[in-house]
Amino acid sequence: MSLKSFHLVFIIASVALMTFLSAWNFLNYRESQIGSDLAWAVAAGVAVVGLIIYGRFFLRKLKNISYL
Amino acid sequence: MEIPYTYKARPDTGLYNAKVGIWLFLASEIMLFGALFSAYILLRVSAPVGFWPETALAWPRGLLNIPIGTFNTAVLITSSVTVVMAWASLQMNKFNHFRIYMVITVLCAFAFLGIKSFEYNDKFSHYVVQTKSGKPVTGHIEVNGKHPRFWNFSDQWTLARLTAENVKEISVAVDPERDEHGHVKSHSNHAHENRTIATDDIQFLGSYTPATHPFFAVYFLITALHGLHVLGGALVLAYFAFPGAKMWKDNPQQFINRIEVGGLFWHFVDLVWIFLFPVVYLL
Repeated sequence: MSLKSFHLVFIIASVALMTFLSAWNFLNYRESQIGSDLAWAVAAGVAVVGLIIYGRFFLRKLKNISYL
Repeated sequence: MEIPYTYKARPDTGLYNAKVGIWLFLASEIMLFGALFSAYILLRVSAPVGFWPETALAWPRGLLNIPIGTFNTAVLITSSVTVVMAWASLQMNKFNHFRIYMVITVLCAFAFLGIKSFEYNDKFSHYVVQTKSGKPVTGHIEVNGKHPRFWNFSDQWTLARLTAENVKEISVAVDPERDEHGHVKSHSNHAHENRTIATDDIQFLGSYTPATHPFFAVYFLITALHGLHVLGGALVLAYFAFPGAKMWKDNPQQFINRIEVGGLFWHFVDLVWIFLFPVVYLL
């Protein structure tokens, strides 16, 4: 597995983590009604979108490099 | 005789020697960290019901700083992006871009370690104080007008040491009350209340260090081992960025392969953190 493939695995894991973090903070916010919990949930959600956009850019940029 | 496939890929597997080597090494690392994660999970599920420090040896909640942990996660994700961009820059024959990305990666690594040491310092100066007359309290202590610091092990205090050094009382900046999820209770005053506790009234005194609770033992073991990996990786990447970069002129393909192998190790270290952060900080 090349660095390109491992990087894709890493980005997928990061997207999963940020999705979980967003949901975790949102559930905390529903319970605590503390504004900073909501802000963290939104920030993690933005990170999810940013990582997906970056992943697509990365695939386009390195399309000529092998996955092996 | 020249060793084959040191930088050219073997035609049938498509791999060069160092790539096989790094993946074998990473397999052994997965077993190492896997064992430690298992230890953490087993200790946690077998802990008594309740929350430490109210219930002895129950699992603590809300002790780690989640915003700092989240920021450190972002720092490591950024470093993974820059290390892969450094490798891609070499593939596109842009050496200057490679060096810029590599420097950013190394800076991210040292930023991560700096933030982690800040967290460590907080834990080494944070204490649980069980009094003979009431509930245990937690907070930062002051003994003889001084706060303990983590880089000075002689600063660590125990009840035996307080007694031996004839310290009559300590001052504790008591933490706000927390619920079972680790949140500060809504009726609690968020400010730290300063309380003076007489040494004679103390039943147990321990810092947030491995000797006090299994959580801290496994937390420090895993995060310190991970931190050593970050430090080792950062030193190797810094070497590739400067003195080791001479190889780019003599054998560019071998240099690109070295950066790829370094990048694979760096991604593994970052992936460990991606699992470590939710398990230790959030769950």
